[in-house]
Amino acid sequence: MKILYGMQRPDEGEIRVNGSPVAFHTPADAIAAGIGMVHQHFMLADNLTVLENVVLGSEPRRAGIALDIAAARKKIKEISDAYGLGVRPDVPVEELGVGDRQRVEILKVLYRGARILILDEPTAVLVPHEVEELFDNLRGLVREGLTILFISHKLDEVLRVADEITVIRRGTTVATVNPKDVTSRKLAELMVGSELPSPETRESTVTDVVALSVRDLTVRTADGRPVVENVSFDIRKGEVLGIAGVEGNGQAELVEAIMGMRPCEVGTLTLGGVDISRWSTLKRRAGGIGYIPEDRHRHGLLLESPLWENRILGHQTRRPNVKGPWIDRAGARADTRRIVEEYDVRTPGIDVDAAALSGGNQQKLIVGREMSGDPVLLIASHPTRGVDVGAQAAIWDHLRTARAAGLAVLLISADLDELIGLSDTLKVILRGRIVADVDPANVTPEQLGSAMTGAGEGV
Amino acid sequence: MSGRTSEYGGFLDRMLGRVRLGGWLAVAAPVIAVVFAVLITSVVLLAAGKDPVEAFTTLADYGTQPRSMALILNTGVMYYISALAVAVGFRMNLFNIGVDGQYRLAAVVAAGLGGAAVVPGVLNLVLVVVVAVLVGALWSAIAGLLRVYRGVSEVISTIMLNAIATGFGSWLVTEHLGVLTGNDLGTRPIPDDAHMPGIPLIAGSPVLVNGFIVVAVLLGIAYWVVLNRTRFGFELRATGKSESAAVASGVSVKKMIIVTMVMSGAVAGLIGMPELLGASYKYSNNFPAGLGFTGIAIALLGRNSPVGMAVGALLWSFLDNSSNQLQLLDISKEIVQIMQGVVVLSVIVAYELVHRYRLVAEQRRVSRELAAPQQAPKAEAAA
Repeated sequence: MKILYGMQRPDEGEIRVNGSPVAFHTPADAIAAGIGMVHQHFMLADNLTVLENVVLGSEPRRAGIALDIAAARKKIKEISDAYGLGVRPDVPVEELGVGDRQRVEILKVLYRGARILILDEPTAVLVPHEVEELFDNLRGLVREGLTILFISHKLDEVLRVADEITVIRRGTTVATVNPKDVTSRKLAELMVGSELPSPETRESTVTDVVALSVRDLTVRTADGRPVVENVSFDIRKGEVLGIAGVEGNGQAELVEAIMGMRPCEVGTLTLGGVDISRWSTLKRRAGGIGYIPEDRHRHGLLLESPLWENRILGHQTRRPNVKGPWIDRAGARADTRRIVEEYDVRTPGIDVDAAALSGGNQQKLIVGREMSGDPVLLIASHPTRGVDVGAQAAIWDHLRTARAAGLAVLLISADLDELIGLSDTLKVILRGRIVADVDPANVTPEQLGSAMTGAGEGV
Repeated sequence: MSGRTSEYGGFLDRMLGRVRLGGWLAVAAPVIAVVFAVLITSVVLLAAGKDPVEAFTTLADYGTQPRSMALILNTGVMYYISALAVAVGFRMNLFNIGVDGQYRLAAVVAAGLGGAAVVPGVLNLVLVVVVAVLVGALWSAIAGLLRVYRGVSEVISTIMLNAIATGFGSWLVTEHLGVLTGNDLGTRPIPDDAHMPGIPLIAGSPVLVNGFIVVAVLLGIAYWVVLNRTRFGFELRATGKSESAAVASGVSVKKMIIVTMVMSGAVAGLIGMPELLGASYKYSNNFPAGLGFTGIAIALLGRNSPVGMAVGALLWSFLDNSSNQLQLLDISKEIVQIMQGVVVLSVIVAYELVHRYRLVAEQRRVSRELAAPQQAPKAEAAA
């Protein structure tokens, strides 16, 4: 998708538009070729009017200098009427609802002459009746001869709106099907893949001691939309609790709420019998929560700091990193060497910047760091994303060992092999709610896939 | 946008010195920059029909005389403290443009209080310094609070607070604290027993070195220790490098913003002290202005390193003090400002070049030292 819009360059292969091969270096090239993108997150200036937003960057000129507002208004009206978008050009964007804003985004790309529209998860921010309106608009656009590339995780929507469906898994095309010939169940199987390994049988290390207890947790976005709703679960010592779900269904928000990075007014969190709902992130970390973040570059590392300073990050209140208010350089450095050794971080030394390591080695450093200091609970968010196979196996081993030693693990992953292979208990999250409990020992991909994508109700 | 720079910290990070350079590279950049600045200035001089060699020799001659060295140190002390105040914010991504207003307001209030001589002797000196620190800290805290609770960019608020400080300061002097000496309106002079004694640091100089040089050196050491050796400093640097990682690590960014602004303002409060307690003993229209902006340039020049800023402050002070000598050669003294500007720009450019070199070199080194082939770090971004 980024490649199609010129934001990234392909390593091989070619793109053809209307039969002729093209090479995009920047989004401007893609726009010139008639490709327009409607981003999941709107890119509109709130305090400008619809008209101003639409013309921004390609303003019609009169006599070379003056803005030709009248011409712009006329053109916007024409496009809006032709495709039935019902956009009012002179309203400030801040007064518009989400659905209207999305139509402004669509109009923006049409105004630039796009004939091929890429819509990235367009329904993620919409409520059901807005989805209906969007689909009506899309059908209108298609009737007028436009091409639409609709990217979505929601199977029922894809089935309803698409003329042809291509399933992509882990970066490769799995199948291209006609929506008339498939059921959502079949589509879910294609998406999830049915080559899941049989979960390895091994002794359960689950104890009766509850490490983390989550009760009725609800997280809302700034505009009050719930992204996590009434989530409750217990993780016992020695248990790996897996959360399965298509990305963007509230997993990230759930993790941030447990870490205290995101305020949650509703619900209680209890760690080892102590109510931690009002604790700061620092106190929660010091209280024994380890955190392997989903995006290691944004949340897990200081890329331009040496490894030993990264060892301190998130553990800056504890030995061996500090003595009172002072950084204990010797202690931190010695412990970084230990992590490098024990977790097989391939690096020439602990003074190189974290950015110089490969993704797998960065991740091993993070895993080693978060396992240090005897955590009670480890939150592992996509712990093996973007790492090579060797590092992946090593990280899995470390998680298993820690679990055997009595660590409670909350595992969030999009990788079903990983979830089924590691979890003792598996819960499925959909639109911010826990919708199913699954036994990882005898779950079928069909069941998991259906539950994850909401194709079938319940298991 | 292109993803080429975004993953790797921004150009801004490098400009503000939040990226370190190791080994000889740390020396290479400033040397390249100074050489480049000398070259550009020579070109300008030649274009104006002057002899650059003669000009530079004159500057060097002047700068090596004992009297000028003392003068250079004295101005440099103020420049250095100002640079430290700015650098505290820079290390955390905070642009305290308001150092200028903070030190001037602090100096006015402290001068008024010192002139009133509420307490005797050394106590008065201590009181003046403490009050200046407090006023600077409080004035700067306004910007910190606005940023945390109202989301107002500290750049905007501190610029506006500068204007308010100017007006507020002159109102204090004209309406309350000022006395007229001849036609100079200023605060009542601070009594002799509360003056900062000078130090005969440079042999053969009739001018004593301002006693605040000790304070400046101590501040520089404290700056380094706090930032590099304490947990607070670690959290401050972490926040500057990656706010998202700091949040995930339990750093309270709001608290850090307020504390850092307060610290920056507290140091700013000291900028006017060498002048107030060691030279003029009162705040009047002749009190040096604009030191806060000089501090920004020097912090950039010294890349927030305590030693780098000391060198930068002395260089700047040398150029400022010796510019008058150029007039003897019939060269406009403004040539010095060109040189100062070019030095700052070339430092930024030189560090950028050296940084890019180091980046490539380090990645190559890591992959060479690990026999295992390195995969491109971007492979995962395609999802």
